[in-house]
Amino acid sequence: MWKYCLKKTAQVVIVMILISFFSFAIVYFAPGDISDMYVNPEMTEEQKANVIAQLGLDKSMTEQYFAWAKRAVHGDLGVSLSNKSAVWPQFMQRLPATIILMGSSMILSLLLAIPLGLWSGYKKNSWLDNLISSLAYMGMSIPSFWFGMLLIIVFAAVLKVLPSSGMHTVGNVSAFDTFQHMILPCITLSIGHVAVYIRYIRANTIGQLSEEYVLTAEAKGDSQTKILFRHVLKNTLLPIITLMGMNLASLVCGSFIVESVFGWPGIGTFAMSAIGSRDYPVIMAYVMLSGFLLVVGNFIADLLYAFVDPRIKRGGASGGK
Amino acid sequence: MENNIVITNDSFAKLEKKKTVEVSVERQSVWKDIWKELRKNKVAMVSVVLLAILIIAVLLAPLSPYDPYKLDASQKLQGISSSHWFGTDEYGRDYFTRTLYGGRVSLLVGFMSMIMTVVIGTSLGVFSGYVGGKVDMFLMSFTDIFLALPSMLLMVILNTFLKPGLPTLIVVLSLFSWASVARITRAETMSLKERDFVVATQNLGASNFRVIVKHIIPNILGPVIVAASLSVANAILMESSLSFLGLGVQIPRASWGSMLQGAQAHILDYPLLAVYPGVMILITVLSFNLLGDILRNALEPKIVE
Repeated sequence: MWKYCLKKTAQVVIVMILISFFSFAIVYFAPGDISDMYVNPEMTEEQKANVIAQLGLDKSMTEQYFAWAKRAVHGDLGVSLSNKSAVWPQFMQRLPATIILMGSSMILSLLLAIPLGLWSGYKKNSWLDNLISSLAYMGMSIPSFWFGMLLIIVFAAVLKVLPSSGMHTVGNVSAFDTFQHMILPCITLSIGHVAVYIRYIRANTIGQLSEEYVLTAEAKGDSQTKILFRHVLKNTLLPIITLMGMNLASLVCGSFIVESVFGWPGIGTFAMSAIGSRDYPVIMAYVMLSGFLLVVGNFIADLLYAFVDPRIKRGGASGGK
Repeated sequence: MENNIVITNDSFAKLEKKKTVEVSVERQSVWKDIWKELRKNKVAMVSVVLLAILIIAVLLAPLSPYDPYKLDASQKLQGISSSHWFGTDEYGRDYFTRTLYGGRVSLLVGFMSMIMTVVIGTSLGVFSGYVGGKVDMFLMSFTDIFLALPSMLLMVILNTFLKPGLPTLIVVLSLFSWASVARITRAETMSLKERDFVVATQNLGASNFRVIVKHIIPNILGPVIVAASLSVANAILMESSLSFLGLGVQIPRASWGSMLQGAQAHILDYPLLAVYPGVMILITVLSFNLLGDILRNALEPKIVE
């Protein structure tokens, strides 16, 4: 077990280093000089050199990378090139909006997918199962940003019942107002995950229902609902932990796109504007932050799964409890 | 002395010949199997027909009487009519023609990056699985790390800083998709190389290259085709997201994704512009996903109950 943990930890560290180096290299080797954005033609040569030195742009790539990495490890992600203030507080200010969106989307996905998937698997090949399965398939194949646009068209343009963008109506700070603004982005962000979860839970339910313990439970006279919710659900939820960890990546990237469709004021929108102005400390910070979030999410899911699933434990060196 | 058996290359001629016959039968049967399975499945046939119509329409796009790039302010945002089937966009361009040209770009990106993905993934996977040992361990750790990378994020960064355009897009898309193909093909190769007919060929003195090309690759064609179909769907979906963010196809060229980006500005006053390209993406991606899944179930009978 410990060996497994160690291996996974090593992988997290390697992936984080690779992500940081990779994105740093892209920024560094990108065509066009970054410093062009921060010097203007009226400056004297000396002033220009000063600005460039201040930004640390006169050093080699490895020097710049290590300087950046050293500071990043200590929690200093540098100063935004465009507005000259520290990157970290700016992210912290916007992070709650993104976390709220991602968290509620995760909850919504599970709330929708668990009953639908269970039912679909339980009533395999019924018309309801066929309907749910086809919808899940659509959900997997639809571009989420387009689904968001359709929602805007229906609920904001035609029915005019929900706002199309932002987080608050100007001058209104009530929670209900924020909730209203959150409905569409949250559904948009969830659609793909709901689809994946449903397919997964359905397949798992079908598998579990053919296990012998279900037969035993039936023989003991347990009701179908009890079998379904007590036994099958429990065994289906375990793999979902892993799935959720794996889906963190698409949640982070999805929120990036959904935020830009709905003008949601989270870290995705912030990064998007930084990309426009090539503000590399901000971009690096965003990549590192989301990279960290999802790599660690994966890591935790892997470990949880290994701890929780006795079959993996049996395979491990240290045996059971 | 005269009774000694002389072994020359000619001695193998018969064997070689037999082998090629066998292989070509095998190869035919994979494609035949696929066609047979698809014919049996109504959903699959609908997908095939839809894709065929789409591809033909897209290829015939130049027959349209309208120029997809010419701006004409007097014609802007016209509704659906007999002359403009999908209406016109905010610059007065015929939207049907634009959608067809957009499809050319989207499908081109999808197919090209699928080809790159499959070629890179399969060569690496087969090589790694065939050679085995330390090389395999190293290559697979490398692949695992690629699988763990947040691909969409890095694609966004890459496309921001590289010169935007179709080649960049295709390369970037395949750069982040080959890993899963490599995993699949490696696993298949590992199990194949222990099989009797491969071992027999090796013992007959066939070169490793020959074994791989003539025996391994034809036998992993099934899973590779499945992966290819899913990879087209994935590439088109990714491309549309990137182009929607303004990081993919650049104006005046358009793909379905970048058309949706343009449509976003008119979403409240002229929502129809946002409908057509999206429907096209949905149909294409759905069809490729369905085909991939159906083929997987057909070619791997273990999964089917």
